Amino acid sequence: MDTPTPIIAEDSKTLHGKERYKSGVMAYKKMGYWEPDYEPKITDVIAVFRITPQDGVDEIEAAAAVAGESSTATWTVVWTDRLTACDKYRAKAYRVDPVPNAPGQFFAYIAYDLALFEPGSIANLTASIIGNVFGFKPLKALRLEDMRLPVAYVKTFDGPSTGIVVERERLDKFGRPLLGATVKPKLGLSGRNYGRVVYEALRGGLDFTKDDENINSQCFMHWRDRFLYCMEAVNRAQAVSGEVKGTYLNITAGTMEDMYERAEFAHELGSNIVMIDLVIGYTAIQSMSKWARKHDMILHLHRAGHGTYTRHKTHGVSFRVISKWMRLAGVDHIHAGTVVGKLEGDPLSTRGFYDVLREDFNPMRLEHGIFFDQDWAGTRKVMPVASGGIHAGQMHQLIHHLGEDVVLQFGGGTIGHPNGIAAGATANRVALEAMIMARNEGRDYYKEGPEILNQAARHCLPLRQALDTWGDVTFDYTSTDTPDFVVSPMPAY
Amino acid sequence: MRITQGCFSYLPDLTDEQITKQIQYCLDNGWAVNLEYTDDPHPRNTYWEMWGLPMFDIRDAKAIMGELDNCRRIHNECYIRLSAFDATDTWESLRISFIVQRPSDEPGFMLTRQEVGGRNMRYETRAYVLQKPEGARYDS
Repeated sequence: MDTPTPIIAEDSKTLHGKERYKSGVMAYKKMGYWEPDYEPKITDVIAVFRITPQDGVDEIEAAAAVAGESSTATWTVVWTDRLTACDKYRAKAYRVDPVPNAPGQFFAYIAYDLALFEPGSIANLTASIIGNVFGFKPLKALRLEDMRLPVAYVKTFDGPSTGIVVERERLDKFGRPLLGATVKPKLGLSGRNYGRVVYEALRGGLDFTKDDENINSQCFMHWRDRFLYCMEAVNRAQAVSGEVKGTYLNITAGTMEDMYERAEFAHELGSNIVMIDLVIGYTAIQSMSKWARKHDMILHLHRAGHGTYTRHKTHGVSFRVISKWMRLAGVDHIHAGTVVGKLEGDPLSTRGFYDVLREDFNPMRLEHGIFFDQDWAGTRKVMPVASGGIHAGQMHQLIHHLGEDVVLQFGGGTIGHPNGIAAGATANRVALEAMIMARNEGRDYYKEGPEILNQAARHCLPLRQALDTWGDVTFDYTSTDTPDFVVSPMPAY
Repeated sequence: MRITQGCFSYLPDLTDEQITKQIQYCLDNGWAVNLEYTDDPHPRNTYWEMWGLPMFDIRDAKAIMGELDNCRRIHNECYIRLSAFDATDTWESLRISFIVQRPSDEPGFMLTRQEVGGRNMRYETRAYVLQKPEGARYDS
């Protein structure tokens, strides 16, 4: 009589039947969370994590543990699993690769059945994927690098209510990046003085001005006052330029009730855009997106707080994942880096974020940090915003790195102009238009950038002054968040 | 005043040579060039009068410049804008738009304020030229 072959041939094979459900603690890799032969289904959500196991924990067990803790597992075997179709609900680690040039770190690919997630809820998705698992003791560090979101899941989200194309149609602005500025100083201005900055910047040539992330309703300026003076400024600037203008009114507040009240007032005053901060949370963001859709309002998202978990490579969540979640959640604008400015932003990683926001299909590009093909299935495109330490003298670099569908925000680079705010705005607008014209004419604008700017400055004194003031100020520091894969030519044998 | 709609309004008015290069850029990208004119420059006047259909099948910048000349001759005291359509999937809209002719005088806009409900304000932007009928707005 044949004896059944024992299922435990190797130490990382999944156990089945009675063996699997013996009470006690068992390695995750034996419980069904490590399935190297598993082929992800077209409808699976896939996550790739960078795992750094504790000393003595092998990478397969660590990967299986991440799969387990982000899906069905608890620390010990429970018999109640057997009341469910548990094979389906278990996330499956199916591939573990060493990270190039980073000993002790591994990329773990984990597949999740679509049934694990509530349709249209970032909160539900993230409660699984970045829930308990990030505090899990057997790992020194854990980072969510990228996700493949199946079309079946993407289609359960509304996505951006306006998106790049409709925003351009509404503003009647095509063929060039949009220009903005954040009002400075960000704290302390009264409503009346604040509106002055908005008016000067818009009449000088910017398309948008912006509240900063921490301008809400403080003692020096209550929100209603800000909204009233800002809309006076927007309407005046529209009348003197004959152009559509806008100002991102920050409606971030302590409760949803307050946020809705502020949003309604912005709408009543005729604003075409409102703004929220990332710190309000995913559900609040989705709620405001729904509201924006109902009120023909562009929704701007300031990524306040993201640096706490996106910046370092070994632990946290990559900004490319945040970008994906925010596109699903339905914001129209999101700050995504400048490359050349004062804030973190490796050129290749930043390119990856911009692609996630703007393309309808992202092919896998490891050198940009993109691990998977991602089909957006017609989800509208998010306008990236580049803000923080940029000025007119970098215009050729900005267009080269960031392209045309972006809002370039020059705060200090507008308001700090020696001849005033309107002059600063004009300098930026002239620099931008001159560079776009040169690019379209087929000139090598990246190389000839400084020359193109100097030529344009001949008929524009404010641009001359801007170039003389900031020259080639740049923030050249080593990036902390870079892709691990580089494109290097294969040696020829 | 000088209305600043379009892609290049902060630069000196484009020469024909510069316009030709921009048209060539549009054609190289496979876009259809379109000419429109108006004497109502309100920022939210979306539908300017079309100078014929978008030129889907004209792939020669010189021929398009010829159309522009015809349009200029007949509507010499109007705004004319040149734009380009991109019918690519997930775009299907304009890719560029800029003014290629302005009336000799641009009187600008009046901003009216109607005080309503406390400190709220209703704003209206109105072009001064709109007091005259269409077609007679920029005659000297």
